[in-house]
This record gives sequence, C-alpha cells and structure tokens, in this order.
Amino acid sequence: MNGLYLTDRARRLWATLALTLCTVVFGLPLLVLLLASFAGHWDALWPSSPTWANLRGVLASAEERAALWHSVATAGAATVCALVLGAWGALAGRRLGRRTRICVDTLFVLPITVPSVTVGLALLVTFSRPPLLWNGTVSLVVLTHVALVASYAYANAKAGLERLPAHLEEMAASLGGSPWFVLRKVTLALLMPHLLAGAALGFALSMGELGATIMLYPPGWATAPVEIFSLSDRGSVFSAAALSLALLAATATALVALERWAASRRH
Amino acid sequence: MRAAIGRDHGLAAWRSAWLAPPVAALGLIFAYPFAWMVGRAFSAPDGGYGLAAFEAILRSRGFIASLLATGRISLTATAICVVLGVTLALAIRFAPFPGARVVSRVIDAYLAFPSFLIAIALTFVYGSSGFLHSLLAGAGGRSFLFGFWGVVIAEVTYYTPFVVRPLLAALDSLDIAQLEAASSLGARPIEVLRRIVLPAMMPSLFAGGSLCLLLTINEFGIILIMGVKHSITLPMLIYGKAIEEFDYPGASAVAICNVALSLSLYLVYRSAMRRLQR
Repeated sequence: MNGLYLTDRARRLWATLALTLCTVVFGLPLLVLLLASFAGHWDALWPSSPTWANLRGVLASAEERAALWHSVATAGAATVCALVLGAWGALAGRRLGRRTRICVDTLFVLPITVPSVTVGLALLVTFSRPPLLWNGTVSLVVLTHVALVASYAYANAKAGLERLPAHLEEMAASLGGSPWFVLRKVTLALLMPHLLAGAALGFALSMGELGATIMLYPPGWATAPVEIFSLSDRGSVFSAAALSLALLAATATALVALERWAASRRH
Repeated sequence: MRAAIGRDHGLAAWRSAWLAPPVAALGLIFAYPFAWMVGRAFSAPDGGYGLAAFEAILRSRGFIASLLATGRISLTATAICVVLGVTLALAIRFAPFPGARVVSRVIDAYLAFPSFLIAIALTFVYGSSGFLHSLLAGAGGRSFLFGFWGVVIAEVTYYTPFVVRPLLAALDSLDIAQLEAASSLGARPIEVLRRIVLPAMMPSLFAGGSLCLLLTINEFGIILIMGVKHSITLPMLIYGKAIEEFDYPGASAVAICNVALSLSLYLVYRSAMRRLQR
C-alpha cells in the first residue's frame, strides 16, 4: 500500500515504462561497454568475432598497465591525504562560530563546484613559474586530486560528526580520558564508517578524474582516463573500452579490499 | 566568572589554531592557485593590470558560440533529466517494478562512475562504428545523432541519477495517511499526484535540477571523448586555449566566466537545499 489507488492496468503500464526507460538509459551503456570490451568488430546490430584480444592487449601493453598503476597510485595517495585534510578540517571547525564554519565549508566545497578543467588550469598556471616550480611533477597531479577529493572527505566527516551521540566525548573526558585518547578512541572510532565512506567515494572519483588531470599530467604519468581518451582519439575504440573495463575492475577491487580491511579491523 | 570567560577565549583561540594546518594546505593547493589564475586573467600584456584578455575573448566569435553551446546542451539535458527523473522516481515509489531495488542501487553507483565511460559506451551505440549508425545509415541519421544530441543523451544518462536521488528522499518522507485520506475521499490518482505529491516534490526537484544544470555546464569528459567539433562548451574552450594554443591569459579569462556561471548556479542550489532542510 502506498496511498495511491492506481488501477492494476495503470500500475502495470507505469512499471513497464519505467523498467524500459531504466534498461535503455542506464543498463544499455554498461552492457555495450562490456560487450565492446570483448568484441573484435561491431559494424552490425550485434558485435561480432568475440575475443579476449582487447583485454589481453591492455594487460600486455606496458603503457596501459602503467596507466592503470598511475591511476591507482594517484588515487590512493590523494585519498589518504584528502582524508587527513578533510577529517582534520571537520574536527577543527565544528565548535567554531557560524561565520568561520561557513568560510571553511566554502573553501572545501569550492574545488568541486567549479569545473575541474578550471582547477587544473589554476594549478598549471600557478606552478609553472617560480617560486614553486611543480609543473611536470607527479606530486602536482596528486595535489590536484587532493584538492578535488578533500571535499568529499570533509563532507562525510562533517555529516558523521553531526550524528555523533551527544555528550559522549564530554563523558569520556570527564572520566579522565586525555584529549588525545578521547579523539582516538571515541571520536575517530565512531567516525570511522563515515570516513571510510568518504574515502571510498573519493577514491572512485579520483580513479575516474579526467578534466583536471589532462591539463597538467607530466609525460610518463598518464592516468587511465587520460590513456582511455588518447586511445579513443586515435580510433582504438575497442582497446579504450577494454581499458575502461579494467579501470572499473581495479576501482571495484580496491574498494572491496578497503571494505574487507575495515571489517577485519572491526573484529 | 571572569576567569571562565578568559579561559573560553583562550580555548576559542586554541580551537581556531587547530584549523590552521588543513586550511593552509587547501589554501596552498587551491585558493592560492585560483587567486593567481584570476590575477593572470586580469594581467595586461605590458605587465600591469587590465581587461585585455576579456576584451579579446569577448571579441572572438568562439567564446560567444561556446557560451551558447554550453547553454543549449546543459538546458536541454537538464530538462530531459528532470522529466525522466520525475517519471522514474514516481514509478519506483508508486508502481514498484521487478528489479526496482537493483535500479536504485545502480543509480547510487552511477554517482561514483567517471562520466566519460558513458561517452565511450555510446560511441558503440551511435558512433561511426556503432549499431545505430549501421541501422540509420540509409536514413541519413548519423550527423544528427552524433552531434548535439549525442552529448545530450550521454549527459542525460549520467546526470539523471542526481535528480532521482533527492526525489526518492522526498517521496519517502511523504505522509501516506494524507494520500490515503485524499484517495478515500474520492480523489483520483492523477489528482492526488497533482495536488499533494508534486507540490511535496517541488523543493527537491528544484535542488536536483539546479545541481544537474551546474554539473552539465561543468561537464568535460563526455564532450572531450565524443569529440564534437561544433559543440565546443566553455570547459572545452578552456582546455583548447590552454593546451592547444598555450594562451594562458585567454584560458584564465574564459575560466573566470565559467566559474562565475557555476558559482551563481551553486548559490541557487544552496538556497534550494537550505529551504529543503528547514
């Protein structure tokens, strides 16, 4: 019962419409990507000559393997830094005045409000000249991702802090816990699920980041999205599809590993 | 009393000091570069400050064209996202179909996907090697599908979830008793929808729609991959000016226009969200 007395026919009609739309809009692209990764040709309604060659080619090519590794390394490092930055900002900002909090909120959310290309351009323009000549370094790519991902870590940490049981920290402190002990054993322990959720989202987004990275990646540190673009630009669309699939698989594997690790720490 | 106030002051200063490291870090990697880019856009060729870069881009035909292209693409995509999002949210809530739960999971997962994957996938549907191309080749459908509408379809696919999510949250907090009362007093389903459900959805729809507009204006990956030559949006123009022409002041000037557009939309979105939370 949902309060709306639809006739059976109307309900069925609506459900069919929604199911069709979902399949076509959301399901079809994913299915197509999967099929294309294993297709030799696709010039009729159905892909033809199924093959492992695309995927094997991706895993055999040093360039594309390196691109995957660059993505994982960049996203991993950026996520850890962003997590520290976001959690620290949320913790330090929570008991301050309204105005200070709004300023901190704005600082953290701005990088994802403006186009990512703009973030890339700003860092490119700034760090191409002294005093900080970081252009062309891998660190600059990581720092760019930190700026983009910190927002999610911050938002999740902040949401978690708002849901903390009231006065639990004061209670722990009044029982003689030192501030450091309370922070570690009470606040951060309770915040952990939120921090992990933020880390997972940040990692996934960093793995797929294209707009800012393409502005400033140094030669020799092309990430998987950049490599996917150059493959598709060169017309190797099947390899691009296979590398996309590998990117999704790598992201999913890393996230499952993170979840496993978190679960093992809990027990 | 005074001692306590003094201690509170000391405590506040101490608390603010803790904020310094993360703010300084983010300042270095975001605020400082951003300010520098703004300075770059307003720098004159002779080393002073001026509006030369803005005048140059305003005079170039590319900028106005890309502003129009951005507006056309994002408004069209957002309109379709809103219609599709309302249909899907209502169906998931009121006419649950087999797999509705899977669909809402997939919708959640879409938010963490890179957008350009949709573009890669759609290349196979209606790109030059795609199956729609082979179907429509005789009908002359190729250029039609792979231009403006190709980008719009890809953006609709990717951004509809951003509309559906807040709508589902709004529908979940509907008072079912109110709907049942209306229905049992003889209101037809369509009336219940129009009089009760749609008004309750409005704030979420506004929030989701403005977020969608903001994100479609900022979208880059989809357009880059689809390589649409005659639909160069603002982010594409920034990329082209900076990477292909090495025109940093010009790129910075376009970036500032784009940021101004994004930020004003973000403020609209924020005010919608604040109204929702009240």
